[in-house]
Amino acid sequence: MALALTTRPARRHPLVRHALVRVATGVLVIWGAATLTFLTIHIMPGDPVQAIVGGENAAPTAAVLAQVRRQYGFDQPLVVQYARYLGGLLRGDLGVSYQMHQPVSVVIGQQLGATVQLAVAAGAVAIGLALVVALLTANRRRAVRSTASGAELILASTPSFWLGLLLLAAFSYGLHWFPSIGNRGPASLVLPTVMIALPIAAVVSQVLRTALEDALEQPFIVTARARGLGEAAVRVGHALRHALTPLVTMAGFVVGGLFGGAVIAESLFSRQGLGRILLTAVTSQDMPVVLGIVLLSAAVYVVVNIVVDLLYPIIDPRLKGAVA
Amino acid sequence: MSVSSPVEALAASAPEEGAPIGIGARRVVRLPPVGVLVAGTVLVLIVLAALVPQLLARQDALAVDLHHVLAAPSGRHWLGTDENGRDVYTRLVYGAHTSLWLGFGAVAIGLVVGSVLGVAAGLGARWLDLVLMRLVDVGLAFPEILLALVVIAVLGGGTANALIAIGVAGIPSYARLVRAQTLTLRRAQFVESARALGVSRVGVVVRHVVPNAVRPVVVLATIGVGTAAVAGAALSFLGLGTPPPDPEWGSMLSTARNYVGNAWWYSVFPGLAITLLVCSTTVVGRHLQRRLEGRRA
Repeated sequence: MALALTTRPARRHPLVRHALVRVATGVLVIWGAATLTFLTIHIMPGDPVQAIVGGENAAPTAAVLAQVRRQYGFDQPLVVQYARYLGGLLRGDLGVSYQMHQPVSVVIGQQLGATVQLAVAAGAVAIGLALVVALLTANRRRAVRSTASGAELILASTPSFWLGLLLLAAFSYGLHWFPSIGNRGPASLVLPTVMIALPIAAVVSQVLRTALEDALEQPFIVTARARGLGEAAVRVGHALRHALTPLVTMAGFVVGGLFGGAVIAESLFSRQGLGRILLTAVTSQDMPVVLGIVLLSAAVYVVVNIVVDLLYPIIDPRLKGAVA
Repeated sequence: MSVSSPVEALAASAPEEGAPIGIGARRVVRLPPVGVLVAGTVLVLIVLAALVPQLLARQDALAVDLHHVLAAPSGRHWLGTDENGRDVYTRLVYGAHTSLWLGFGAVAIGLVVGSVLGVAAGLGARWLDLVLMRLVDVGLAFPEILLALVVIAVLGGGTANALIAIGVAGIPSYARLVRAQTLTLRRAQFVESARALGVSRVGVVVRHVVPNAVRPVVVLATIGVGTAAVAGAALSFLGLGTPPPDPEWGSMLSTARNYVGNAWWYSVFPGLAITLLVCSTTVVGRHLQRRLEGRRA
């Protein structure tokens, strides 16, 4: 996708140029996302002012309504509101929550840590598990491969909320190994992490094994074996690097899976975090909070994709020519 | 190209099936592998349950029986009963309708709107392509489940809104896929031949480009039905999709979480039903995809 963007001969170093173009496109995408979220607030059926003063059943006086309207800037022309919104975003201001009457950035700041902790743990477990399974099963006997890909198919098809429920039943209610709710201590992180990680790992390891098997057919593997390298050294030292390119294309899928998983895990395990705040905000139509969190996730997604894109030529030096 | 949607991820990870690569692997007319047959049978049963549930379940999905609350599986209640004494098996059978409706409906929205956008971008003027694809980039920047949550926040919950939410969330990835197909077809030999033979521009687009661009994406959409159904169940599980007392697999699981400790059947079987549906659509979808690619090669 990004390769097509830089076809003209480059004056600067091709990689630097490539990076600049990628960052610029990323900024454009985030700007588009921000515009979309701004429009969403304003095409909402119903009056946001009514939502702020307490929902449909509240009966505020006209004076109160007018004051709130002024306070939140809804009396300004749309263009002015848009400019203010973008200006605010640049300063990290995502607006004020209708329900919590706090700046959205503060709300997000309070909850961010718990979700990042969960997502990073789940991401690490998912990738680690996928690497191990793929390295152990690529090009092995038919029975081994069939068992692995069968298990992966079932896990990839398992809804994470059901997996979480089963984990709760087995390890929390049954064996009492882990707490069923809350985010106190590392033990409370285990079940939600496994719940998010397993379905992601299942999909990633399938892609990785196919890529590894493709790599193991390459001439440089024959060379490596001819030099007397052992099987493990060939796989980890040579084939894996070759197989990483297809893996990094999965980054977007992994990030999306982590976000979606966090929303469900935080609800199922009654954990603090962005997912739970998001869910409450969706139910109460607290749009600034909903859109603030969604915009943040889009930004993370864009940044991850840029980083991955810039990693390609480092992982696979043959792509350096292709980029230029 | 990066993989962002669950559908693309499931499709991209398809392992090869059947005979080993090499001599003797040439295609001959043969039955699909056992796994595909099993998956196909499961799908037929689920479709049957969705269309004529009375055929598979004799009891009433909403009948409350307070004398048999949370009863374990037995001859009378094959998969046990729920907190109101309703038969879990019967509710699963009747719930197939909602899941399939969500799955097919959401995919239809994504596929139809995505195809229109994709073909327009692939065949239209350069500026149109540029504008549409930047919009698609923006859409793809939001993880699908979050995009669906935004739509729910705007429209409110319920089955129909969940369907729209998941459908809309899927539009960007379908648009990108159809555009990619359209671009390769634009320069395909048979398209140029048709033009040279005097077929009009519109005729070529309608008769040759669109069907061939959309066909592989429709195959991919088979897998999409499963992932959309699971997304719908997830929304119901979060309390944003189908409300109780309607039988729906996700909302059954949502209630079942209060009884995880004392009624295992209640949280096991609805999840099993969803998993079976997704497994089957994935297996059948991958098989169709492979056959399509085999025919092209």
